[in-house]
Amino acid sequence: MTNPEQATVLVELKHVNKHYGALHVLQDINLQVAKGEVVVVIGPSGSGKSTLCRAINRLETIDDGSITIEGKELPKEGRDLATLRADVGMVFQSFNLFAHKTILENVTLGPIKVKGVSKADAEKTALALLERVGVGKQAAKLPAQLSGGQQQRVAIARALAMKPKVMLFDEPTSALDPEMINEVLDVMVELAKEGMTMVVVTHEMGFARKAADRVVFMADGQIVEEATPTEFFTNPQSARAKDFLSKILTNG
Amino acid sequence: MNVLTDNSELFLNGFKTTLVLFVISAFFALILGTIVAGMRVSPAPAMRAAGTFYVNAVRNTPLTLILAFFALGYPRLGLPYIDFMTAAIIGLSLYTATYVSEAIRSGINTVSVGQSEAARAIGLPFMQTLTLIVLPQAFRSVVPPLFSVFIALLKNTTVAAGFSVAEAGAIRATLSERGEPLLPGLLWVALIFVVLVLGILTPLQRYLEKKWKVAR
Repeated sequence: MTNPEQATVLVELKHVNKHYGALHVLQDINLQVAKGEVVVVIGPSGSGKSTLCRAINRLETIDDGSITIEGKELPKEGRDLATLRADVGMVFQSFNLFAHKTILENVTLGPIKVKGVSKADAEKTALALLERVGVGKQAAKLPAQLSGGQQQRVAIARALAMKPKVMLFDEPTSALDPEMINEVLDVMVELAKEGMTMVVVTHEMGFARKAADRVVFMADGQIVEEATPTEFFTNPQSARAKDFLSKILTNG
Repeated sequence: MNVLTDNSELFLNGFKTTLVLFVISAFFALILGTIVAGMRVSPAPAMRAAGTFYVNAVRNTPLTLILAFFALGYPRLGLPYIDFMTAAIIGLSLYTATYVSEAIRSGINTVSVGQSEAARAIGLPFMQTLTLIVLPQAFRSVVPPLFSVFIALLKNTTVAAGFSVAEAGAIRATLSERGEPLLPGLLWVALIFVVLVLGILTPLQRYLEKKWKVAR
């Protein structure tokens, strides 16, 4: 576990604002993620946490402020933006595996088309990654033939195949049946242990406790609280965080 | 039956020209229509505007006028010479491409946004996202409307008969010159069109629908 003050800053958001019409969905967001750090973003629905996550690889544009990765401002569009996205892995709530391609093709597409890796090398790496996330046997199948948990693990392998500098997880377990949540979380915990830099939007407090270096609590478009998981769960400072935790922890 | 057997070379040549006209026009309409559909979903406003303008301008013009322009108007512009067959192919392709483009665009809209987001997230630029991820999935869901467009094209080729292209639509004129009864001749033409649609296009559509059955 690294200390953000000493380590190199990988992702930095400064005074980021975004509006959806009248709704001020991101309000003056400042956030630093250090290399190797695992930041878990939690908060009630509609708090802007998914938008924040998606803004980091510019799937959402921002109105003002700056987002930098390794000190470089996110390019606005075009090939520069595509190049940057190749270094930022993303895992979606609804998996979004390419429906017309096999599991293996899903994982090799990026390395072959974007990084120019040879097909043979890409397949070798892909099979190793699929094996690692426990779906090696499914390589020849189509996404629709896999369970949700398997699909999401493939999605993680697809992102990892690009050898990203940072991985973004946008509620990766929210669309899963309860019995499949852990198989995905286990893969994520492994990744965190191996030192991957991660920004994880989730409702899984267990994952936050187990793997997070820092918890960021968002409400109404603002970062209300930032703390280590232990501090946050045992001694939340703000009324919003106390209220939120009382609601979810009674059910847990 | 006599009308058909006595004039078999007329029918054969007529429908041969029809099929050539159809296959070449369908090929170019499919390519052009796909490009225009891509332009209409492009992130560049100028591309979108150009695509929209083309579709609206050409789709709202009667096919007869478009063919008349290429057969009669174009030669007076002092541009390179084209024969009537080429003129008909250009006219039919440009006209049909607008319908192809709209069918494909509706297919693009059936592909979930998540698919293109995932493609962009692994670093694919717009063109590759479109050609590798979105269009292959879009095509699967537009096979039926696309074949309606192509069946319409097959029948639309007869309009070219009005502009000196000796295809199936022109058979009637030659028959009357030869003093043959008109109605049986026309019925034979109609029947052969039905056979072409049911015998070639419909099985092809069924084959593609089966082959590309979407697994979601």
